[in-house]
Amino acid sequence: MITIRNVTRRFGDFVAVNDVSLEVKAGEFITLLGPSGCGKTTLLRMLSGFESPDSGEIWIEGRDVTRLAPYRRNVNQVFQSYALFPHMTVRENIAFGLRMQKVPADEMRRRVAEAMDLVALGGYEDRLPHQLSGGQRQRVALARAIVPRPAVLLLDEPLSALDAKLRHQMQVELKRLQKRLGMTFVFVTHDQEEALTMSDRIAVFNRGRLEQLGPATEIYHRPGTAFVADFLGDANLLEAEWLAAEGDNVRVRLRGGLEIAVARAAWPGAATRAVVSVRPEKVCIAREPVAGAENGFQATITEEIFQGALDRLVVRTDAGTTFSVVVANESAMMEAFHEGERVWCGLHIDDLVVVPAA
Amino acid sequence: MPAANPTTHRRPSGLKLLQWGLGAWTAAVFVFLYLPILVLVAYSFNTSRLNVVWEGFTFRWYGELFGHGPLIKTLKNSLIIATLSTVFAVIIGTAGAWLLHRYRYRFARAIQTLIFIPMVMPEIVMGISLLVFFTTVQLDLGFVTAVIAHTTFCFPFVMLAVQARLQGLDPAMEEAALDLGASPWQAFWLVIVPCLRPAIISGALMAFTLSMDELIISIFTTDPASRTLPMQVFGMAKVGLNPMLNALSALFVLITIASVLFSEHLRRLASR
Ligand SMILES: Nc1ncnc2c1ncn2[C@@H]1O[C@H](COP(=O)(O)OP(=O)(O)O)[C@@H](O)[C@H]1O
Ligand SMILES: [Mg+2]
Repeated sequence: MITIRNVTRRFGDFVAVNDVSLEVKAGEFITLLGPSGCGKTTLLRMLSGFESPDSGEIWIEGRDVTRLAPYRRNVNQVFQSYALFPHMTVRENIAFGLRMQKVPADEMRRRVAEAMDLVALGGYEDRLPHQLSGGQRQRVALARAIVPRPAVLLLDEPLSALDAKLRHQMQVELKRLQKRLGMTFVFVTHDQEEALTMSDRIAVFNRGRLEQLGPATEIYHRPGTAFVADFLGDANLLEAEWLAAEGDNVRVRLRGGLEIAVARAAWPGAATRAVVSVRPEKVCIAREPVAGAENGFQATITEEIFQGALDRLVVRTDAGTTFSVVVANESAMMEAFHEGERVWCGLHIDDLVVVPAA
Repeated sequence: MPAANPTTHRRPSGLKLLQWGLGAWTAAVFVFLYLPILVLVAYSFNTSRLNVVWEGFTFRWYGELFGHGPLIKTLKNSLIIATLSTVFAVIIGTAGAWLLHRYRYRFARAIQTLIFIPMVMPEIVMGISLLVFFTTVQLDLGFVTAVIAHTTFCFPFVMLAVQARLQGLDPAMEEAALDLGASPWQAFWLVIVPCLRPAIISGALMAFTLSMDELIISIFTTDPASRTLPMQVFGMAKVGLNPMLNALSALFVLITIASVLFSEHLRRLASR
């Protein structure tokens, strides 16, 4: 559906989008994820036609659109500010795209009504944008963009202006809508949770470069770089030094001194150093040795923060390596861990991700 | 020192004095500004020919005003010139503001300054330079030259009003229109212009008022057939004060107040 080939965009000396290549399949929900300033909006604007690449090509529906004007592209955008036309009613806003396409009046009426149904805006036809709540405006912007039936819908942080509760609700609704329409969505956000909730695939960006592309679970469980591991969820990122091969495993020494085994296959080539990433929830903690974990060691709890459903701990191994740990508070019967307590930790080899050293 | 009781709001006496002084000053300014206008309006209903003593109430001067051929003729001229100049000033001012805002020109700053110089240039200089220009291109003085001249000094005011509004306009507004398939022209006409409407109307009101009011530039750029109302009034006032002119002024005061209130109303509508 979309092919982005070696696209670069500079602003003066600054490279906002750096040699990005990306394929988006028809009907896919793809999310461009990354911290603020990493070039997501710039890339999206090159898809909508408001920016053009300095080099590289963009193809949409088998057509080279690299230099095509925005109004000649079969894509529509939901703007972060919504950009509703303040002098037009909800109905007129939604009908605008069809009016530009010179769609006959009765068809226009039908399709506008359909779109208003789809986003649950019935009864608000004659309101002006300033008479709507933030969530309702968001729905108008959405309806306005889908009603011309574009090949691709572009969404630039469309939920960022909503409060947390409404945002969660809209995430679910957006995903449902996309499935129902079978439309290709390119969604931009800096919120990793949002990306994980909605996307078929996530493209993680850092400083204008595409760091990793893959399904949410893969990006989360198998991050390819330290940046991705850190940006999606929490991670203990520990520099590791190769000590010796042990069958299918490698013995490594972590920063601080703890020695553990990681899978040989996970180790990046012939490097002598790498970074081991451990999710806090993957560190098993118990008052006796952890059964079934290939790596077991003793540690002391140095910090404990109670967060209702979760307990956040920081532990320090006897060797001197520290980990953040998250423990689910499954039962009130279970005695909580407390600061200064000696505990056993366990790490399963399968839960250890090794990424190249920076 | 004990903490001040939060329920008492006594101001220091120095502040009170300052407040009193400011109040008196404001009152004085208003008296100086508006008293002459009030007197003028009052005397337009005075039976006496002289603006000195009150003799009785009459509508006579208003009647005479509407029967006075030259005044009515020049009023018509002024209305024609002001209307046409306002239309052109709105077109040029709005389009200019949009183009300067939207497209990055190499000399945007210089262009901006050049456009606004006429706003502060002495009218006599503008009058003379326009006259020289019209003579050079061999354009006979008349309505055409008057409209050109009035448009020239009016459009920067429209442009300024529109530019102020553009500053606050969401840049995504135009993009949303283009994105939905509007051509740049359609986006401007269907989306941007309606967003700018309050600014355009208040700019137009300003242009119209300025044009109706203009004396010096008109002197240089009209012929006897296109003489404007201010020229006629000035000519009559030189000969001697005339109660008809009081009546005329009173009417203008009314129109001005109405248009100020109207544009204020628009401004409030726009900023909701
Ligand atoms: N028109 C522009 N002129 C100059 N710099 C720009 C322009 N647009 C974006 N940038 C810069 O490019 C970088 C990426 O911007 P953007 O794509 O908006 O990032 P994101 O959407 O990921 O936050 C930012 O550092 C921004 O300052
Ligand atoms: Mg952005």
